[in-house]
Amino acid sequence: MLVHSRKGRWAVWAVFLVLFVPLFALPLLVVLGASFATHWSGVLPSGLTTAHYRSATRGEALQALTTSLVTALTASLLALAAGAWAALAGAALNKRHRRILDALFVLPVAVPSVVVGLSVLVAFSKPPMLLNGTRWIVILAHTVLVTAFAHQSVSAAITRLDPAYEQVAASLGARPGYVLWRVRLPLLLPSLTAAAGLCIALSMGELSATMMLYPPDWTPLPVLIYAATDRGALFTGSAVAVVLMAATLFTLFAVSRIGAKASYR
Amino acid sequence: MPRRLLWAMPPVALLALFFLYPLALVVQQSLQPDSGGTSVQPYADVFASEAFRHALWTTVWLALASTAGCMVLGLLLALVIAFVPFPGAKAVARFVDVFLSFPSFLITLALLFIYGSVGMANGLWTDITGAADGPFQFLTTPWGVLLAEVTYFTPFVMRPLLAAFSQLDTAQLEAAGSLGARAPRIVRQVILPEALPALAAGGSLVLVLCLNEFGIVLFTGAKGVTTLPMLVYSKAILESDYSGACVVAVVNVLISVGLYGLYRVVSRRAGA
Repeated sequence: MLVHSRKGRWAVWAVFLVLFVPLFALPLLVVLGASFATHWSGVLPSGLTTAHYRSATRGEALQALTTSLVTALTASLLALAAGAWAALAGAALNKRHRRILDALFVLPVAVPSVVVGLSVLVAFSKPPMLLNGTRWIVILAHTVLVTAFAHQSVSAAITRLDPAYEQVAASLGARPGYVLWRVRLPLLLPSLTAAAGLCIALSMGELSATMMLYPPDWTPLPVLIYAATDRGALFTGSAVAVVLMAATLFTLFAVSRIGAKASYR
Repeated sequence: MPRRLLWAMPPVALLALFFLYPLALVVQQSLQPDSGGTSVQPYADVFASEAFRHALWTTVWLALASTAGCMVLGLLLALVIAFVPFPGAKAVARFVDVFLSFPSFLITLALLFIYGSVGMANGLWTDITGAADGPFQFLTTPWGVLLAEVTYFTPFVMRPLLAAFSQLDTAQLEAAGSLGARAPRIVRQVILPEALPALAAGGSLVLVLCLNEFGIVLFTGAKGVTTLPMLVYSKAILESDYSGACVVAVVNVLISVGLYGLYRVVSRRAGA
């Protein structure tokens, strides 16, 4: 306890509330409120309606929701496979090689996502690898963007792993493949599901690279929200944004449940 | 080649094909003007343009100002959560985690309702004073972007700080307090030296993320606020000027990769 007087504590808490509520709580509440409104020209929204949700859960918006979910799940699985492989292979390397590998896989975090989008667009718009105009170019860009995060969180977990387990297994005659499959991967499962959650959240909200790449028949939710607000339909955009937030949270929850279930087995 | 190195090759090959090779193509394209051949003409053209220099300046000062704002605000809020805890402080910390999993442009969308020309704040003002329009007209200026970036990125500073604070031995604070040090002095002389690495690491991550931020600027939709990522987008997609876009992209990559390297050095030294 840093502040001991009762008065001082209340003063500190008051300052905290004044800063925290308008900056962090209000934005999310406002988007939620706007999604149920038709007008907002006073303190509170007016013209309560659920019509925005009716349009946000069917037709174009429903398709965008499945697009976002399919993109996020595919990209996250691919990224997790590549990132975990790189992290596991990197853990066996000597220090110098591991540094190089880490630096390579962390690079996509530092490169702006718009530039990742541009580079993918430049590289895959011509034969032999013509992906431009297909859904795969979006999934590919998302995979590249989230692989770095998957690699980072898995390799952080590997360094915390107790080497005794695999040494015991190996000394009992288990082959490396068996040790990996029955000892290391089960021990890494919590961090793998956490990494999957992070990747899914990032991919669901990805806008910058997607804006450069999306074909007309593969429009993820963030692009749809931008299109709605750009033509002035702010309230419909808010409803779609709430759908996006709910879908992200629900997917994160489902992934963490799967992880918890699998680790108890 | 030893077998261990061989096992590391498949993911590296994939990364090279889908990330490094495309980046190399961007660099190559930035050296090829539309007239053909290889020259640095695109660079000269872009550097000479007023729009690029303006965007570069806007990007840099917005990122620096947002980072400073995030660090001050994040430190303040994290201090209160960790050391002057109130009922529900844990829930607030969890809320910060959830905040991180939402996309950045939601903040700009929300600010449109709060400070927009017919939003909450201006509505309140016109209701009370009877004026025709309210005083809050900053959303489409860089200040709107600044406010959105500070809001969105502050949790990125708070998270490492809260982790560092949880490892601080509270006995030190009690000792300093019983020896007569007041709260500001304890913060300055006991807490800050311990938390400085986490603060530096969080701050430099936010600096890189702000330099690369696109969603907030796009949703602000103001012609006056153009940052480097926005310039890449508008040159490539709206003007189809690919070599110009690639030049801006190369500049943007150099700035942010350089800073990110710095961040890695700082955070490694901090042990974070």
